[in-house]
Formats: sequence, structure tokens, C-alpha cells
Amino acid sequence: MTMSEGDLAVTEIRFVRETPIAPRPAPASMTGALGWLQQNLLSSWFNIILTIWIVLLFAWAIPELVKFLIVDAVWTGADRDACREVVQHREIGACWPFVWERWSYFVYGSYPIPERWRVDVFFTMLALGVGWMLWLEAPRRDLGSVYFFVILPISSFILLTGWNAIGLPPVDTALWGGMLVTIVVASVGIVCSLPLGILLALGRRSRMPAVRLFSVIFIEFVRGVPLVTVLFMASVMLPLFVPEEYSPDKLVRALVGIALFASAYMAEVVRAGLQAIPKGQFEGAMAVGLGYWQMMRLIILPQALKVTIPNIVNTYIGLFKDTTLVFIVGIFDFLRTVEVARIDPKWATPVTSTTGYAVAAIFYLIFCYGMSRYARAMEARLGKGDRR
Amino acid sequence: MPTDLPAAGSPPARVAFYNDPKVRSIAYQVALCAVVGFLVFAAARNAIVNLERAHIASGFGFWNRTAGFDISQTLIAFDSATSSYGRAFWVGLLNTLLVAGLGILFATVFGFIIGIARLSKNWLVAKAASGYVETIRNIPLLLQLLFWYNAVLKALPNIRDSFVVPGGIYLNNRGLFLPRPVVEPGFGWALIALIAGIIGAVVYYVWARRRQEQTGQQAPVFLVGVALVIGLPLIGLALAGFPLTFELPKAGRFNIEGGVEVLPELAALLFGLTIYTAAFIAEVVRAGIAAVSRGQTEAAYSLGMRPGPTLRLIVVPQAMRVIIPPLTSQYLNLTKNSSLAVAIGYPDLVQVFTGTVLNQTGQAVEVVAITMAVYLTISLATSLLMNIYNSHIALVER
Repeated sequence: MTMSEGDLAVTEIRFVRETPIAPRPAPASMTGALGWLQQNLLSSWFNIILTIWIVLLFAWAIPELVKFLIVDAVWTGADRDACREVVQHREIGACWPFVWERWSYFVYGSYPIPERWRVDVFFTMLALGVGWMLWLEAPRRDLGSVYFFVILPISSFILLTGWNAIGLPPVDTALWGGMLVTIVVASVGIVCSLPLGILLALGRRSRMPAVRLFSVIFIEFVRGVPLVTVLFMASVMLPLFVPEEYSPDKLVRALVGIALFASAYMAEVVRAGLQAIPKGQFEGAMAVGLGYWQMMRLIILPQALKVTIPNIVNTYIGLFKDTTLVFIVGIFDFLRTVEVARIDPKWATPVTSTTGYAVAAIFYLIFCYGMSRYARAMEARLGKGDRR
Repeated sequence: MPTDLPAAGSPPARVAFYNDPKVRSIAYQVALCAVVGFLVFAAARNAIVNLERAHIASGFGFWNRTAGFDISQTLIAFDSATSSYGRAFWVGLLNTLLVAGLGILFATVFGFIIGIARLSKNWLVAKAASGYVETIRNIPLLLQLLFWYNAVLKALPNIRDSFVVPGGIYLNNRGLFLPRPVVEPGFGWALIALIAGIIGAVVYYVWARRRQEQTGQQAPVFLVGVALVIGLPLIGLALAGFPLTFELPKAGRFNIEGGVEVLPELAALLFGLTIYTAAFIAEVVRAGIAAVSRGQTEAAYSLGMRPGPTLRLIVVPQAMRVIIPPLTSQYLNLTKNSSLAVAIGYPDLVQVFTGTVLNQTGQAVEVVAITMAVYLTISLATSLLMNIYNSHIALVER
């Protein structure tokens, strides 16, 4: 130390500021639109190049898309001549009259025309049930679940397949098609996979070795093979395994395949939820004298399912996309009807395929994206209670 | 609670035997085994009856019979007149492995790029990447495959008007034609040089690592490694007088001769699988990097590390621990999804074996069982490796 106290005392204190200086505003380059641009898009040479590249990509892709879907698109017409460049002498985008004409085929397949109101009623009933289940503040959700899981499947089955006793002529499932089949397959998968998945997940965590063994074998087996092979198995092997007179029809076979496949994936999702429940919950339930099923129904599953809702919905999204695979075992789902319509010579143009696929993509995109938004909203909502 | 508790010393109250958990558990399991056993037995009996009525042989005798059909892409020699169904199985399996291997390679590269782009500070890049992921993940793979095959590749011009890239690359509706590398004698030296280069690079890496741990001095491992692995084979090639030529495809009127032909089916399948799986891998990568807490990066910076080494030594090793298990399951998904080849006619295992062979022989049980066994083997082997790897890298709790 060279400085002594005397040195300080000599220095005369001329000015002491008593109030703090107000902070200067941030430089203009850091705030407002310019600052945002600077920080987010143009912060380095690499970023500038990336930004330019993406802007160019969008500048090319978006006008092309708009041009194809709207500007150059054909909106009216009776057959393929309306959508052919050589006939119309202009650039042709999407061929919408093809979609208008085939729309009822895309929705109902070959379902007999006088009976199609039954499909409409089914769609309405299903929409009602789904709305009731998804809207968390809806009145009487207990009734809603009875409606969705019991009344709806039975009445839809009677409605769609027909029952002569109440004046509904039977309709062979071979005639079903389009969105009807896609939605039926998805709904059956959704309704069956959750209970089966819960049972399998409980079985996998059971203390009984035989139960655990069967559950593990089933889950790992189904998850280890592609859905295509499960569907092949359902469609070519199932008829061998049952007596000839009970041989299920094609659609039922595919439904069995899809339901079993989805339940194995659901089991793993539920198991993850069960593992997240602390041991104390099980012990507490047993300490108050609940039996196994009471414990599961009242204490464990409500908590486990709550934390897994987003994953359950994600499994449903996968299931909805997987319904397209019934195509391969010869069932006329929505994608198959598009595929059939697209090669119809009446509408054979270079743009027909792309138009058909665009419609199909929009259909699946709306459903799957809707489900994923719902899952995210649920996640945010359920997370609220856990936030501290 | 009953008030008349048993007096001390008296035998404990006995539970009725049907309320004993042990008895119940055994009863349940016996019942389950009986039901499953009955189902299997009934199914087997029905199958025997049904097969006999349809006059379908059973057993694996068909394996050595002549197949009598053609396969459009064969990695091993296959001749429709003489080759057996068993040979067709191997052709299909190799085609599946080919598309799965290439798909995994491309999807990983593309998925990592997209995943990192989603975390980019550049708003536009992040939004574009997440738009890609949201769109692709929500459209069924089968639809995407059909689109690439029917609407894009089949709409390409025919052979006479094919796109020509200088250097002997042709693209038309019959596929993609690339130059074929032709190996001449003397190429073995380049291979030996390559192996020597790899061994040298590994030795150098181990030496550099050990020296750094002892003295703190860093060595240019990457540069030396590149020089060894790429430079040595090049020198080897040069010394042997470049014993490697390319056979260019030649366009004829109706056909293209020579070169390597990539079938449009293979191209569409690769395209679809890569683009679809990359979207899922991007999510895995994003989640993995986001799982490394910011404190790790900040701590590394405050120790004076530069961003590059921070990423390489701090963030990536921790992120990989989170990324690898779901990444593997995406690889398995890709392999299983390659079975959708059947929809566009790429001759993979399912198309050749579960499709054509099953139709010709009618032996559904055997054929489907073999196919499933193949996929199951791949899945289980991968999970086994994953478990070993996981226990290897799992956090060691202290």
C-alpha cells in the first residue's frame, strides 16, 4: 500500500451527484423493426446469406403454389379437356372440376346413393361425440363418455351396416369407401386402443409373471414389425385361424389389425404415465384398503392418464396417418379412392394426380394438425396446476 | 374394526383360501394360460382344416422351389428361370437393407440440419424449419410416397428428352442414370492406403488425446485426420496411375445403356422416407439440444472456452445422451416404414416375399411368419445394442 489516508483528505471533493442519471434509450439499431431485423436476420454474414436464401426460396415457392392452386387452376368443366394445356392453350394449374365431380366418391366410396344420408347422420353423431369429449367445460361429460364409448359405436354399427328389422337395408362393407372408411378405421382404432392399451400396460407392470410375459411378448412383437405385415397377417392369416363360417369380412380384418397395432403403442404410452406416478400413491391407496382395480380406477389411472394425454393424442395422430395403410390390403379408404379416381381416363391429364394428392394432403393435414394443436393446448392447460 | 381381537398367543385369523393373494394370483395366471393356450390350439386346428380344404401345402418346402418371376432390382444374381423362392427372399431383404441404410444416412444429415435450424437465432430460418416439420409430420407417409412416385417421378420426360447433367447423369421417367466406377487392377493399393489412413488417424487421435490430458497441449486432430484418411488414398491412387475409370451411361433411342441405374421406385422411396423421417429426427435433435441447460454453455464461456469447443466438448456430448435413444427408434421406424415400398412397387422384402411369393405359393402362414421374424430380429437386435450403449453412457451418479 503506497496510498495513505492523508492523500485522500487532500483531494477536494467538488461534486457529488445525488440522483442517478436516467438511462439512455437503447440505440436505434437495437430497438424497433430495424433492431429486430438486425438481431434476428442480419446478425452475421452467415445469417445474412441464410436469410437471403430463405427469402428467395419463399419468393419462388409461394407464388408457384398460389399459381397452381388458384391463379392457373381450372374451376369449371365437364371432362379432361377442360384441364388440358393442348386444348385450352394456356398454362393449367389444379384441375378442380375433377375434385367436384369425384367429391361424393371421396366421401362415401361406393355406398349406395339412396342410403348416403345414413353416412351423413353417422358423421354428425360422431362430430357431436368428439365435440362433447374434447370440450372440457361441456355439461355432463360422464354422459358424453357413455355416449361416445357405448351408444355411438353400437348405433353407428347398426346405422352403417343396416338392419332389416328397422327398415335399414343392409350395406355390404365392400361398398364402403372414402372418408367414411378412413374415419371408421380411425375411430375404431381410437376407441379400442385406449382400453386395450391400458390393460396391456397394467399387465406389463403386473406382479404375475405369466400376465407380464404375455403382455411383454405381445407389445414387443407388435412394435417390432411394420404395420403392413400386421395388416397382411390380419387379412391373409386371420381367415385361416377361424372356422370358415365365421370368416370375417375384409374391413373387419383390417380393423382388427389396426386396433391390435395401435393398442401395443398405446400400452407403451400408458406405461410411461404409470411410471411417472410416485410409489407413495400406490402405497397410500393400498393403505386405505382399496383393492387392485379400485386403486387403479380411482387413484392411479386418473393421474397417469392426465400426464399422458399429449402423448395419447400423438399416438392418435400416428394412428390416423396409419389408416392409409389399409390401402395396401385392398380397402377403399380415402387415399385409395383418390388413387382410383386419379387414373380414371375421363380425367386423365398431367395435373390430375397432383390435384388429387393436394386434396388428400389438405384433408390429412387439417385433421392431424388440429389434433396436434389440441394436444398442445391440453399440455399447457394441464401444466398450469403443476406450475409453482 | 371388530372389538373382539384375538388374544395374544392364539393362532392368527385365517383368511379364506380364495382371498389369499397368492392363490388368486396363481388362479388368474392359470386361467390366462388356459385361455391363450385354447386360442392358439383352436387357431392351429382351424388353420389345418382350412389349409387342407384349400389344398395348400404347409411347411418350408417351397423355399427351394423355382420362383419363376422377375425382380426389377437385384443386388445379387437372380434369374427367374432357375433361382428359388429362397433366393428371392434374400434379394428382397438386401433391397430393404439398401433402402433403409441409404435412408438412414440421408435422413440423419437432413434431420440434423433442420433440427439445428429450428433452434437458429435467425427468425426466418427457425420459422421455415418448424413449418417444414409441422407440415411433413402431419401428412401420411404413404401419400407422400405416392406423390413423389406418381406425380413427380412418373411425370418426368421420357428417355429421349431426359434431363442431362454434364458428366454423364441422366434423369428421366425410367430413373436416374449415374456413371459407374470401374475398378482396374492396382486399385487395391488405394484401398490399402485408405485402411492405413484410417488406422493412422485413430492412432493420432489417441496420442493427441493422451498428450492433451497430460500437458494441456492441443493438436490439430481434425486436419491431420482428414489429411490421413483422404490424402493417403489419393497418393495411393496417383502412384498406381489412377486405376479407376467411369463407365458413362449412353442414351439410346428407347433405352439407356451402361452406368448405374437408380430405379424411380427406389428414388421415390428414398425421397419420401428421407423427407418424412428427417422431420421426426429434427424434433429429436431439437429436444436433445434444448435439454442441455443454458448454464452449461454459460459456464463453459466463463471458463474461457470459445463457442466452437463449447459446442463440441460441452453441449453435443450431453445432447447426444438424450438424442441417441429416440434417434435409434426413428431409424427403426424408417426401416419398418420402408415396407410401404409395396405401394409403389419397389422390390423390397414385403413386396417380393409377402407379395409375389405369397401369392404364388399361397403359404400365408409361413411367408408372413418369416417376414415378421426378419423385422423382429432387426428391431430386437437394435434394442439390445441400444441397451448396451445406454448403460455405457448413462450418467454415473455420485
